[in-house]
Amino acid sequence: MEVKDANAALLSNFEVFQLLTDLKQQRKDSGKHKQSSGQQNLNTIMYETLKYISKTPCRFQSPEIVRDFLIAMKGHKLTKAEKLQLLNHRPMSAVEIQLEDKDCLYTSFPESKSVSWSRGFERQNIQMVEESEERLTEEQIESLLQTVSSILPGNP
Amino acid sequence: MFVLVEMMDTVRIPPWQFEMKLNDSIAEELNKKLANKVVYNVGLCICLYDITKLEDSYIFPGDGASHTKVHFRYVVFHPFLDEILIGEIKGCSQDGVHVSLGFFDDIVIPPESLQQPAKFDEAEQVWVWEYETEEGAHDLYMDTGEEIRFRIVDESFVDTSPTGPSSTEASTSGATEEVQKKEAPYMLVGSISEPGLGLLSWWTNS
Repeated sequence: MEVKDANAALLSNFEVFQLLTDLKQQRKDSGKHKQSSGQQNLNTIMYETLKYISKTPCRFQSPEIVRDFLIAMKGHKLTKAEKLQLLNHRPMSAVEIQLEDKDCLYTSFPESKSVSWSRGFERQNIQMVEESEERLTEEQIESLLQTVSSILPGNP
Repeated sequence: MFVLVEMMDTVRIPPWQFEMKLNDSIAEELNKKLANKVVYNVGLCICLYDITKLEDSYIFPGDGASHTKVHFRYVVFHPFLDEILIGEIKGCSQDGVHVSLGFFDDIVIPPESLQQPAKFDEAEQVWVWEYETEEGAHDLYMDTGEEIRFRIVDESFVDTSPTGPSSTEASTSGATEEVQKKEAPYMLVGSISEPGLGLLSWWTNS
């Protein structure tokens, strides 16, 4: 066996979710004996992966939503990996966005984003400036959060 | 988290499967061979994505089965460096916190990558983050079953193919113990030493 290209393309969780549900449907429809010894590995990995992905936000996504999201992200100058992570995780707070985009310059936590048990934990200055040209200001982070929560569906 | 890997292999179809469509029997063989297996330096194979090219099938003397060279793409779990993942804590030990994703279990967060200061509670066998505020120290336990968000900082592939008969000295000394050191073929190292990482419950807004 030969590996021609170990990194031909990145797949979003949604694409894998779609692929696995289609595969599962196909196998159910064809209905015949599953040759348990041979297919057991495939069954196991499909079941576990589907179980994991079903707990992530991508179960609410559709190809149109993904397309709209990517079009909306064009203005923000993010790398492919960052857009993929936003799509997979659907961050709801600025601190999560900061994790995914290491180049963002973020100087303070807004009031509402405090750690839950401690009400006195107000403004904390955090600087995450990496040596790079790209910087996201606070307004850009807010607009990113807006886009993410408006286009990507979350828990109903 | 998932990547598409282009591979090429020769697939053997035994004669009793000749009634199936070639594409279907090849897909089945490839899944049987690769699903849920780790390929060295590539990742954990999940399932076949598609077949890109099928070359001519040959039958060799002495074997009634057909051999076909196939070019295909496979979905592989291979998170990139610095990717953020959410998993479930499987347990804690002196080596750190063990996290699992359901389909992939060999993820460890070593003690130095935990939110500092952290200590290991021997009685409950659990790692604790001693979080300081003006009001005092809060002990945040990293319990089993909790969802945890972490960043991938390192990965390691170990070639677990059999090495052949070992030398006589090694076999005689180890004959009674038979210590089978089962090394995970693919292991990930994570870190939670940043704001936003760690148990999800630590960072949710009330």
